[in-house]
Amino acid sequence: MALLTLSSPHAHGPNATSRIMLTVALATLPGLAVMTWFFGPGTLINVILAGLTAVVCEALVLKARKYPVGFFLKDNTALVTGVLLGLALPPLAPWWITVIATAFAIIFAKQIYGGMGNNPFNPAMIGYALVLVSFPVQMTTNWAVSFQMSGSEVAGLTDTLRAIFAGSADVADVYTGATPLDDYKHLISKETSDELLTRATFNGWLNGGWEWMNLAFLAGGVFLMLKRIITWHIPVSMLAALTLCSLVFGWDHDLYTPTWLHLFSGATMLGAFFIATDPVSASTTPKGKLIYGAGIGILLFVIRTWGAYPDAVAFAVLLMNFAAPFIDAYTQPRTYGHSKARRGLKTGK
Amino acid sequence: MTHLIQLHEFDGGIHPPENKHQSTGRAIRTAPLPDELVLPLHQHIGAPSRPVVSAGDSVLKGQVIAEPHGFVSAPLHAPTSGVVAAIEDRQVPHASGMSELCIVITPDGKDEWQPHQSLCAELGVDDCDDISAADLVRRIRECGIAGMGGAGFPTSVKLSVGDNRIDTLILNGAECEPYITADDMLMRERARDIVRGAQILLQITAAERCLIGVEDNKPEAIAALEDALLALHEEHHIDVVTIPTKYPSGGEKQLIQILTGREVPSGGIPAHIGIVCQNVGTAAAIADAVDIGRPLISRITTVTGDAVSDKGNWDVLLGTPVSHLLAVSGYQPQKRERVIMGGPMMGFALPTTALPVVKTTNCLLAPTEKELPTNKPSMACIRCGLCAQACPAELLPQQLYWFSKAEEFDKAEQHNIFDCIECGACSYVCPSEIPLVQYYRFAKGAIREEQAAQEKAEQARERFEARIARQEREQAEKEAKRKARAAAAEAAQKAKKAAPAAATDAPAKTAATSSPELEKLQKQLDGAQAALTKTKEKLEAAKADPAMAEKVPVFEAALTKTQDKIKTLAKDIAAAKKAAKAAPAAADDKGDPNSPERLKKKWEMAQGRLDTAIKRLEQAEAEGSDKVEALRDGLEKQKVRVEEARQAWEAATIGQPAANAAAQGTPEPANDDLKRKILAQKDRVDKARERLSMAQAEGLDTVEALTTALSKQQDKLKQLEQQADAAGEV
Repeated sequence: MALLTLSSPHAHGPNATSRIMLTVALATLPGLAVMTWFFGPGTLINVILAGLTAVVCEALVLKARKYPVGFFLKDNTALVTGVLLGLALPPLAPWWITVIATAFAIIFAKQIYGGMGNNPFNPAMIGYALVLVSFPVQMTTNWAVSFQMSGSEVAGLTDTLRAIFAGSADVADVYTGATPLDDYKHLISKETSDELLTRATFNGWLNGGWEWMNLAFLAGGVFLMLKRIITWHIPVSMLAALTLCSLVFGWDHDLYTPTWLHLFSGATMLGAFFIATDPVSASTTPKGKLIYGAGIGILLFVIRTWGAYPDAVAFAVLLMNFAAPFIDAYTQPRTYGHSKARRGLKTGK
Repeated sequence: MTHLIQLHEFDGGIHPPENKHQSTGRAIRTAPLPDELVLPLHQHIGAPSRPVVSAGDSVLKGQVIAEPHGFVSAPLHAPTSGVVAAIEDRQVPHASGMSELCIVITPDGKDEWQPHQSLCAELGVDDCDDISAADLVRRIRECGIAGMGGAGFPTSVKLSVGDNRIDTLILNGAECEPYITADDMLMRERARDIVRGAQILLQITAAERCLIGVEDNKPEAIAALEDALLALHEEHHIDVVTIPTKYPSGGEKQLIQILTGREVPSGGIPAHIGIVCQNVGTAAAIADAVDIGRPLISRITTVTGDAVSDKGNWDVLLGTPVSHLLAVSGYQPQKRERVIMGGPMMGFALPTTALPVVKTTNCLLAPTEKELPTNKPSMACIRCGLCAQACPAELLPQQLYWFSKAEEFDKAEQHNIFDCIECGACSYVCPSEIPLVQYYRFAKGAIREEQAAQEKAEQARERFEARIARQEREQAEKEAKRKARAAAAEAAQKAKKAAPAAATDAPAKTAATSSPELEKLQKQLDGAQAALTKTKEKLEAAKADPAMAEKVPVFEAALTKTQDKIKTLAKDIAAAKKAAKAAPAAADDKGDPNSPERLKKKWEMAQGRLDTAIKRLEQAEAEGSDKVEALRDGLEKQKVRVEEARQAWEAATIGQPAANAAAQGTPEPANDDLKRKILAQKDRVDKARERLSMAQAEGLDTVEALTTALSKQQDKLKQLEQQADAAGEV
């Protein structure tokens, strides 16, 4: 009787894509909890809505492509894209913004390129960039104000649902406001740093819950590093580059946003640990990851400081996505037994 | 002696479940004798051995049944006494399930040894330390020892390190593959043999130290080795080094890195960095070979996996069928039946159990589906990079995967795919369960095939170009000679015209230069040559363009045809020219066809042709052309002609000394004797030259002697000529 012949290795480790993706999604939970606590249930609703949309869109495309839907849905990558997008969007953004961003992310940024593993750009950030450019008003004015900022209650569940699904302008007017990064950038020309920081947006050293949110994502990121799902290279080099830039150029707090605000406000930590580390679209060699992360950090600072947008994680990541394959080709490690590393893709002898 | 060894770490590596305890519970047992032993002639890397017995022969245990063929090869010995039942193709343990020539022995059950003795006894020395390295290596080769860690490289070859100075001998007892415990058990039970093997290997390699690397998950083995070292009671330079358990620390390159921090250069061997690495099993086999004269006829094999009830290690005779070994281990066939030869990481699944245990069979793993699930369908690569983190060779497995999948083999090569040791660490950690190693094997195979094809094409091209160049050169030489001849003829004509005694020769010139037939032929030749150039261009274009590849043979055929045509035409032209020349020449010499002058010219022409023939022959021999024989025949004939012409001329000269003297422009009759002497001497010189060029062409060792002879003859000739000159002046 013929035996079963398979190619070695015959043993396989416990790693599984679906589990990795699920762990990433779970690692966002502390951040999500903090956001919900400070900014109301808007983000939670966004995450659920975006997650659902992502899974449905993925299933539809898989079906259209005649792929086994269940097998590929199980990899949880669509879910992760949805969750990250939901976290990135303004908490009180109208529902259709979330749906459009997610659908575009899954259908265009991911599946049209061939599905999981084949997209050159981070799908969530493509979706985010699309709605940011297309609907600037809804995207920039719907950041909920934390209770620390307003000194009163955050939007309750009913109000949030009304704002998201019915587009009730009154809710948005009451509960939304400028983000700390936005405020600092635009008001620093008129006030000194000390004056500015007394404003409600900043509430002294803190910046209205943003710092807690960032710390929560940092905690989630450290968890992923401990789980060996991401390596330290990209987050560390990105944060280091951002710190260095803001120290060199932004040392005068009466002119530029201070370092601590760069690090602990906006989407910095979410970007550093969850967005920039998306393996599919990032650089993959150890040295390449350092360059890639540093590039994001520098671009993030440049756009935040001199660009039109108060935050810039999406653009910084997407721009570096372009460069990732090139970086990889020039940062090959030195192979065992070779005196030096190979560079580029030149194949001539 | 125990030194503190600074350990180094290799990049990457994984920690798969070890699963070794299952098979270390019992001591090594001797496997019962099977009904038949099947011994493949190719159990080692290199050329298969050649049988020296035939079917029906009785053999004794340890008797040579196959001799090595070539340097990288190993002999084969009868594992027990019995009768050679057959020498035939049998399926051998190979991933492809192929068949190769095997010697089949039916054991007689007596297990009767042929006489064997230690190397000391054989050489008649008292102290084994006095045995030379060469003798030790010879004994190792005679005993058919090949690397027992898995690769099966002939040990004697590995020990022939050439000019490389070896400073460190490494014995590999890491045994990092899960499940396998053959080396572990061997170290526990036969530590003394391993240490003895280490001593012999130190004697051979003249290394300063020996490091035995053992993973820290084998404390019993380490203790046994250390006890064996203590028992030596003499100064030694052997250290047992405990290394951290990590797969693949037992890979030769990785173990070398761990123990010495050195890296074997890509494409090189450990000897290049002063290291020889041997498996502990090989060391024990070497001790047996040198001290008892026991050839490699058995080995320790682990039989494990949940599909066998009695897991453990067996001392198995080579050639024992896998099915026999499984049967004595209580094998229960499973639903998805699998038997792996080797470990779960690098072993290969056997297509059938009717295969023999060979020199490299360290383990038979019969897993259940539960303990070693068969691969699930793989998902898309998410570029997580876990593979790169696991790779011990510091490659980028993910990139190699993309390049292999897309068949971009040049890029895969550029990313050092040939430095992949196929350890399987990348596949093991891949969350998408992509069979990465399989992709690399595919790519490597395809690249090797491509290279072989390219080499072949390159050789064909070189041969073709050499042929064309040779033909062109010959053509050019012919042309030059023709011109030279024409010029000489013209000069001769002029000289004759100038001389008042010369006969009329006016018509000769016109006849020699042109005739309508010759012109026609010349035109045809020009046309053919133009066609040849065109065809050549087309052929080059077709070769450069892969789309036109199929037309290459057509063009080549056309090219050969045109070349043939040119040859024929050239011959015709030569013939025509000869005819044209002959006519005036005949006219010229009407008066006296046998005048010494004519005869001398004839002789000179014949001599010229002989020189050409010699040159051609030399060329043909240098190029290894198949025309050598024909040219040699021609040369012999030409020599006869030269001799005839010379004799004819000599006869004429002797007969008409005065006329000859007049023709030569030396009017002194007193010098006749001297003249003759000079001519005879010239003849001798020519003969000597001829002999020399013959010797040179055939590469004989008489060349030197002949050269001296020639120069002596030439000296004599010079003397005579000087005498003649002196006489003329007087």
